[in-house]
Amino acid sequence: MIPLSWYLALAAALFCVGVYGVLARKNAVAILMGVELMINAVNINLVAFWHYRTPLAVSGMTFALIVFAVAAAEAAVGLALIISIYRRRQTVVAEDVNMMKF
Amino acid sequence: MTLLQIIFLLTAAVILAAAVQVVTTRNLVHAALWLIVTLFGMAVLFVLLEAGFLAVVQVVVYIGAIAILIIFAIMLTRRVMQDTGSQTNRYWPVALVIAVLLLVGIGVTVVRAGLREDPPAAVPLDNLRTLGLYLTSTEFYVVPLVVVGALLAVGMIGSIAIARDERQE
Repeated sequence: MIPLSWYLALAAALFCVGVYGVLARKNAVAILMGVELMINAVNINLVAFWHYRTPLAVSGMTFALIVFAVAAAEAAVGLALIISIYRRRQTVVAEDVNMMKF
Repeated sequence: MTLLQIIFLLTAAVILAAAVQVVTTRNLVHAALWLIVTLFGMAVLFVLLEAGFLAVVQVVVYIGAIAILIIFAIMLTRRVMQDTGSQTNRYWPVALVIAVLLLVGIGVTVVRAGLREDPPAAVPLDNLRTLGLYLTSTEFYVVPLVVVGALLAVGMIGSIAIARDERQE
């Protein structure tokens, strides 16, 4: 049997790799890829807890499915924003898009 | 060590190595391909967790749609970056420290929580049928399902409206 804590450790490591990607990358598309990694890490946690704690219910799977749908919407809107910014300002570097910065 | 544990450790090693490549590779197309490797590893994990349906959804939605979308966006915006110069901003050491601190924090929390490590009950074979019934039952999850459908529709219409080129009209 695989211990539950192994899944949690993997998800934590993956989440932190995603956090590093979001914080350190310049390119907006690369930042979105970091966000995808973080969402996937959370999904591992959700499904692992479902499998080890409440395998008879389906609420954990429902949660994971909703996270999938939200991730799809997030990727679509995020990439549309990036392409729109690229059209108007010829850049995808997140630091250059600072007109709303206080 | 059982066979399942060996499979898990191999998958976890592949996932982590590919994830590190995603956030460090200079060439963004390569980063997107490493992201696909990570997502495939995740599908393997879902199979290990006896959630075969989620594994299929992972392959179809993540690899089939989101990864392709990301590759499209990279190729549409490739000219400006040219994969030259630094791919990380000047605060990347701070980001590394934050990520490591977060990892330590999550690790301490998980250890202090004192997880029970009892073997899980068997997943019922008809749980996909149960999932479908629950998702369409007004007593359970039909409202979240409709809300998430509306969110997806709004997201798709919004992204079309945002990404449309207004100068060509």
